[in-house]
Amino acid sequence: MGFKKKESREMPEMNTSSLPDLIFTILFFFMIVTTMREVTLKVKFTIPSGTELEKLEKKSAVSFIYVGPPTDQLRAQLGSGTRIQLNDRFAEPREVMDFVAQERQGMMNQAEQVISIKADQKTKMGIITDIKEVLRKSWALRINYSASRRN
Amino acid sequence: MAKKKKKVPGLNASSTADISFILLIFFLITTSMDTDSGLARRLPQPPDPDQEDAQIDVKERNVLNVRLNGAGDLMINSDIADIKELRPRAKEFIKNEADLSSLPEKHVKEIDLLGPCYITDKHVISVQTDRGTPYDVYFNVQNELVAAYNELREELSKAKFGRSYEFLTDEQKVAIRTYYPQKISEAEPRNYGGNK
Repeated sequence: MGFKKKESREMPEMNTSSLPDLIFTILFFFMIVTTMREVTLKVKFTIPSGTELEKLEKKSAVSFIYVGPPTDQLRAQLGSGTRIQLNDRFAEPREVMDFVAQERQGMMNQAEQVISIKADQKTKMGIITDIKEVLRKSWALRINYSASRRN
Repeated sequence: MAKKKKKVPGLNASSTADISFILLIFFLITTSMDTDSGLARRLPQPPDPDQEDAQIDVKERNVLNVRLNGAGDLMINSDIADIKELRPRAKEFIKNEADLSSLPEKHVKEIDLLGPCYITDKHVISVQTDRGTPYDVYFNVQNELVAAYNELREELSKAKFGRSYEFLTDEQKVAIRTYYPQKISEAEPRNYGGNK
């Protein structure tokens, strides 16, 4: 009689041999378009927005100075006053000079050194001016106020 | 002894996908995609300690004073103004189209590609902040001033070369920049009106 089940049919296995290649392609894409996050941020900031922005070229010649209040986790110990972060630690304005010199050491094109200031919108100008004075003294004259684009 | 041809067993590659997934996730976490952009500025050279304070005399008509107080209020020369007024005021000041005596003096200057031009090359825009001025107010002022220069350069570029500034050759750009040199000076901050 015809309704006897034939031998159980197996699902044909999907060929996944090209999956690694696919993933590798995505991986390489991400490796190319992204940049390594170098520091863990200890200050939080919302950068201002502007219209006349220029892209930061030559990433290798750029050093960042972060200015803002400590992050929520660190606020308990450090309060909410504005702080400067250089690399992975908090610093005083006068330490910027050493930082600039140190950063310059490792650069191929030292004359093109750019300091990008990433500061919170609500920062008071006093601290920014202090940083700028120190930057002037250490001959890091090309600076960049980091901002996001606004239309 | 006759050897039998041995069959090489295929390498099991099913875990490569997992490995590359892990790599992918690692890169996703440790890298960031944001392209950094910002307002590029140049700081003046540090003062020479051997040199006496050379007060450079600038005629009053050549200076546009932009002052910011601790509350973020803006003052252009002697009137309180809104940030929106800054760009037209700055453009009018830099250009001095009607050669008014209250606006910067003009000189004839020979510029490559443009010939002799009657320009306000001695003008200075002075931005003065208070230690308490919020950073974003200061940033917006800088942004507006740069925008004023960029608009003037764009207009000139369209009029002289018939093309947008960004499409000019390097020599043409230099000519335009000489016509409208960017002169934004930043005075040392003062502590207007009290508390830090």
